[in-house]
Amino acid sequence: MRFSGLRVLREGLTGNKGWVPHWRDPEPKSEYDIVIIGGGGHGLATAYYLAREHGLTNIAVLEKGYLGGGNVGRNTTIVRANYFLPGNSEFYSHSLKLWEGLEHELNYNVMHSQRGLINLFHSDGQRDAFARRGNAMINQGDDAILLDREGVREHLPYLNFDSGRFPIHGGLYHPRGGTARHDAVAWGYARGADSRGVDLIQNCEVTGIDTEGGRVTGVQTTRGAIKAKKVGIVVAGRSGQVAAMAGMRLPIESHVLQAFVTEGLKPCIDHVVSFGMGHFYISQSDKGGLVFGGDLDMYASYAQRGNLPLTEHVMEAAMTLMPMIGKAKVRRSWGGIMDMTPDGSPIIDRTGIEGLYIDCGWCYGGFKAVPGSGFAFAHLIAQDRPHDSAARFRLDRFRDGVGLMDEEGTGAQHNLH
Amino acid sequence: MRIEGRGRIDRTREVKFLFDGVVRAGHPGDTLASALMASGQMLMGRSFKYHRPRGVLTAGSEEPNALVITGHGGRAEPNRRATMVEIHDGLEARSQNRWPSLDFDILSLNDRFAPFLGAGFYYKTFMGPGKTWEKLFEPLIRGAAGLGALSGAPNAETYEKAWAFCDVLVIGGGPAGLMAALSAARAGADVILCEEDRDFGGRLLAEDEQVGGQPGADWAAALAAELAGMDNVRLMPRTTVTGAYDQGTYGALERSGQHLAEPGDLPRECFWRIVAKRAVLCAGALERHIAFRDNDRPGVMMAGALRAYLNRWGTVPGRQVAVFGNNDDAHRTARDMAAAGLEVVALVDSRHEAENLAGDVPFYPGWQVTRAHGGSALEAISLRAPDGGERRLAVQALGVSGGWNPTLHLTCHQGAKPLWDDRIAAFVPPEGAVPGLTSAGAARGSFSTAACLREGAEVGAEAAGALGYATTPAALPEAEDAPYRLRRLWAVEGKGRAWLDFQNDVTVKDVKQAAQENFRSVEHMKRYTTQGMATDQGKTSSVAALAILADVTGRAIPETGTTTFRPPYTPVAIAAMGAGGEGPGFAPRRLTTSHAASAARRAPMIEAGLWYRPSYFPQKGERDWQVACDREVRMVRNSVGICDVSTLGKIELQGPDVGRFLDFVYTNTFSTLKPGRVRYGLMLREDGFVMDDGTTARLDDNRWVMTTTTAAAGQVMRHLDWVHQALMPQLDLRFASVTEQWAQFAVAGPKSRELLDGLLDAPLGDFPFMACGPVSIGGIDARLFRISFSGEEAYEIAVPARYGASLFHELVKRAEALGGGPYGMEALNVLRIEKGHITHAEIHGRTTAFDCGFERMVSAQKDCIGKTMAARPGLTGPEREQMVGLRPVDGLGRLTAGAFLFNEGDPADRIHAQGYTTSACHSPTLGLPLALGFLRNGRARHGERVRMVDHLRGVETLCEVTDPVAYDPEGGRLRD
Amino acid sequence: MRITCPICGTRDRREFYYQGAAEALHRPDPEAGEDAWDAYLHLRDNPAGRTQDLWYHEAGCGCWLVVDRDTVTHEIYGATLVEARHAD
Repeated sequence: MRFSGLRVLREGLTGNKGWVPHWRDPEPKSEYDIVIIGGGGHGLATAYYLAREHGLTNIAVLEKGYLGGGNVGRNTTIVRANYFLPGNSEFYSHSLKLWEGLEHELNYNVMHSQRGLINLFHSDGQRDAFARRGNAMINQGDDAILLDREGVREHLPYLNFDSGRFPIHGGLYHPRGGTARHDAVAWGYARGADSRGVDLIQNCEVTGIDTEGGRVTGVQTTRGAIKAKKVGIVVAGRSGQVAAMAGMRLPIESHVLQAFVTEGLKPCIDHVVSFGMGHFYISQSDKGGLVFGGDLDMYASYAQRGNLPLTEHVMEAAMTLMPMIGKAKVRRSWGGIMDMTPDGSPIIDRTGIEGLYIDCGWCYGGFKAVPGSGFAFAHLIAQDRPHDSAARFRLDRFRDGVGLMDEEGTGAQHNLH
Repeated sequence: MRIEGRGRIDRTREVKFLFDGVVRAGHPGDTLASALMASGQMLMGRSFKYHRPRGVLTAGSEEPNALVITGHGGRAEPNRRATMVEIHDGLEARSQNRWPSLDFDILSLNDRFAPFLGAGFYYKTFMGPGKTWEKLFEPLIRGAAGLGALSGAPNAETYEKAWAFCDVLVIGGGPAGLMAALSAARAGADVILCEEDRDFGGRLLAEDEQVGGQPGADWAAALAAELAGMDNVRLMPRTTVTGAYDQGTYGALERSGQHLAEPGDLPRECFWRIVAKRAVLCAGALERHIAFRDNDRPGVMMAGALRAYLNRWGTVPGRQVAVFGNNDDAHRTARDMAAAGLEVVALVDSRHEAENLAGDVPFYPGWQVTRAHGGSALEAISLRAPDGGERRLAVQALGVSGGWNPTLHLTCHQGAKPLWDDRIAAFVPPEGAVPGLTSAGAARGSFSTAACLREGAEVGAEAAGALGYATTPAALPEAEDAPYRLRRLWAVEGKGRAWLDFQNDVTVKDVKQAAQENFRSVEHMKRYTTQGMATDQGKTSSVAALAILADVTGRAIPETGTTTFRPPYTPVAIAAMGAGGEGPGFAPRRLTTSHAASAARRAPMIEAGLWYRPSYFPQKGERDWQVACDREVRMVRNSVGICDVSTLGKIELQGPDVGRFLDFVYTNTFSTLKPGRVRYGLMLREDGFVMDDGTTARLDDNRWVMTTTTAAAGQVMRHLDWVHQALMPQLDLRFASVTEQWAQFAVAGPKSRELLDGLLDAPLGDFPFMACGPVSIGGIDARLFRISFSGEEAYEIAVPARYGASLFHELVKRAEALGGGPYGMEALNVLRIEKGHITHAEIHGRTTAFDCGFERMVSAQKDCIGKTMAARPGLTGPEREQMVGLRPVDGLGRLTAGAFLFNEGDPADRIHAQGYTTSACHSPTLGLPLALGFLRNGRARHGERVRMVDHLRGVETLCEVTDPVAYDPEGGRLRD
Repeated sequence: MRITCPICGTRDRREFYYQGAAEALHRPDPEAGEDAWDAYLHLRDNPAGRTQDLWYHEAGCGCWLVVDRDTVTHEIYGATLVEARHAD
């Protein structure tokens, strides 16, 4: 079924009886060409692009819970391409370009809104670091504007410019940055993949990965064994457990990242604003809730929930930066499991097992990467060679130190990125 | 309207307040909702999507409809539940999410288009060409969405945070909570009792029933008074426990001064972190609705709430009242209404077998309410008989009860799912899911007052007993012990729209449509329809929505599952959880001992981590910072300058093994350093990249002092502790941070020696470059180091911090007498760029010793932290960007930091980037711009030309690549 | 979250700095080879369940601790001094 305004009108006039399932709920077959483990944003996008770009449709996506139930459904919805190290630059640039046509590509309104992102800086040193970032973005062909204090004031007059603990010196403005409706991204890819024949199988947990002679042959699941010529692991925070089924140990530590949303409010924050000194970023959703977050809780965790120290720190940052939101009330907090790597950048690569591929290590930047990651992972699985945009996301870069992408400069401690 | 003889309000006094600009009156004890109802105002809000007229639904914090804004400017607070706002003189409340007025709201037109605005409609349309989403559709949606508005003014009220510790935290002060607190307290435990309401008693405040032979509310008040008199009990009324966190930490929001016209010194709210060894959840239960056509009309309320307004506040929406329920408890509403002299036109019980427990009222067993009539006020209801016959009755109020849900939220805050209990057709707490937390009374599905009292007493005693207190069971007062009987009914069959989530306008149809579109997972249904995502988080609606989803998908409720309960239980203001962060409170301020003197010289301060350091010291006639900076640089190069360097980390190390220890943490060797000497050292992280640099002085055989950069002081201290405790515990040494204990000043320039000779108690004598030693100034023991960041002959002199201010004063005075003076961070930065010294602009975490030209500082003779990993293939070699100096080929043109470097003729894009700049300045010494940067294979390219491009600032400059050291490369000036 | 420091007693999480898995205690020999060093610095078991990791009582006694805890439930079983382990 093709969605359109006209379709909404027609269905509305006939009692909304004609809507059909967004996707089927097929029984798993005993064999597929490709099995994707993980029905989150990245896994669904991978399946979609395998079908769309490579004409491969004998594919199953295995999801242990419900589609889009992981980090794609629990993030702060920010979409941006403002990285500065080679590898990340070209990847996120490519991903943003995919975002820019996504509604039409998927015939699904993912509400990608390029509201503009402003990263604030508070010292000359930070300004120069952001200048390097902005120049790298322009080198890559993306957009960046260095704002001075008055420039920031024009965009964000409500900030506390004068009496905050870290006065605002300026900001790096990324006009093409913005937000999207996170669930819709998962559902749009799911619907697109399903309509091309991909089997999306929910409530199907992978319990083992079968190999024979160094080659993957299939997976064991809670719904039976499934044979496959190729298997892609794309399970974010659970990467360690799934990779262990194939005898692999990954350069990943799983951490909890909290996020928060307030009650609905009339529009008051138009941009995405990021406050580096306080590890605080915020935007307002179309429903009116202020959606914001901060740093990791900073301890390894699979609990999908955090604790008060970080919560309070985030709120304190909000109060010093934009005290006008003090009276907004936090309605809900949540937590996701972040697959943190030693350099804070992701992995899309083959593994030591033939036919087994892995896409992981998105740390807490995975949402904006969904299209680019799906595209590149599909390319890798289909062609058995990396896509240009993700060629540097090698699994073994930590071992040889070649092409590390440590944007934060904090080194090989997983939680510091 | 008010009902005489009912309610616990103080009718002898009147409180005046404003609602939408009109003066209203109520009485002390009234909430905004009860006072509005009493004054005949049933329309209190508009819904989120269709802007339907809404009245108050509940009498508690779960209220989804009656949301208002109070106050103005920095005191304006949107989305306050009228049910929780205690009226006071001067209160000003306004309705919200309507325009132009509550009675006439243009956007209520949305309701006419409801067929096109059903579940998830926005995912299927508005995909217009180009930017039409951002420019047209999205602004329209955003403008229509949202509830209340922030004023835009910064918060102008005081909020606080506090800690509390106790043996037993009792959450909820109803019959169960009061008994739990009493049992635990009598056993001797330190008890905190938090109650969301202003009064203790819970449902007893809303019921007409006896406990221990007296009115329940009186019994509760007496018990609360007894508890208040006990030293080991803290009563916290108006306090909502918002979250259950790890190891017995609970968040709680106390509405401290919010209810007062003149709060005085009280904060508006205080967010508590309560650490409890044991906790007892006695949070009661929340009533749920039954969905039927237009069940959202103002005047349709929860049956328990309708009863509460009568019994506690003496008010009802109108004289003609009906009740619709599927359980015995609903009958109490009819009974109380009749007893108060109101006209109960119908008690409708969907159970055929139900007996009338309400006395002499028209009773309709087996009937259902099929529709509510009216617009902004309820006018009538339609009933359907078991045989299908319809009847229409005029009413102004309808109390609805679909049963009660235990308030179990906190027990699920740590990820557990609640358990379905068929007996009460509701979820109950998974016991043990939050360590140390047990539940009692209605919160665990025991709904009679007697059961609440009994379980409260038991659980309170258990909690105290588990902590080792001897307990004796408290005597239980006599109380109501009626069975709770219900037959589940979630929605009444019929045409039209039947509301589930009132605020978000989710109807039964929406849930069914979600299932039809295969959003069958409860999480999918929630996210697709927004059911349960409003400010009340589905407190009154989620179980019914879930049951309907279960029904249409042919599954049982437990199999269908629930969504996740997450903190906070009720919304908490950012200002409360972020209290203290406002303005400068966000982070500590660290000030040097020379801060006041620098400020007195009008030096602009810049931040270095948490420290404040002077940027430059302006003099009369200097038009900008550059002029001042150039002067200060020349001053250091030509005479003498003074700079406070106390912010650098200082770590004192003592013991026979310090040398061996330093050999392991530094790349170079320190064990060979002689007493009285200083050495520059480079520290790596274990991954081979540079962590920090600095000097370490050996004061005597066993005593050393290390300096770190300002930025990395904490990190280095942590690192040293790590290396010592984890990797080299056998070494005999101890160390401590002494950053705060010593004030340290650089005395730099060719006249530095002259200055010191005049200052020190004894002439310095032979004191070569990189020497250190004790000196005396005015009888004060000080430490002197001959080290130089500026490249001139220079010293750093350290005194105990209490002498810092006076020493700075003395140094500046003497420097000025020699033609010098103080210099700030700008000049310091220029001086070091001229000398090619690195800072964290260069050692930004991605550079190696090799990159910085320090590979010879990595001793081949010994292991050190980071050495092995620094030898990885990717960390050395010509592909790496190496540190270089840059200057414009013609001596003119701008250099900027953060620019990229390209070969001449190459396009300025990512593929062709050869490196980047990290620091740049105008060098007054050399009379040209200088920069430091990293260039691919840079050390082999001195003398080549590269193009520096700064897209952002519109700068492009052809540069010559040089050695990083632009000034005095032989170092003669610092040795003489 | 609260951790019982063997020196200071039970303290709130905000007094502590977290580093990562306790295998950082077992620093390989410089000549152990790149596999050993890669494993030491980068690869992690990353268990969903009981684990031992390293915390530093930064706002307290300055001791590094091995904390025995569960990454799923956040239960903490205990903490020992890093220094004391070496004495074993």
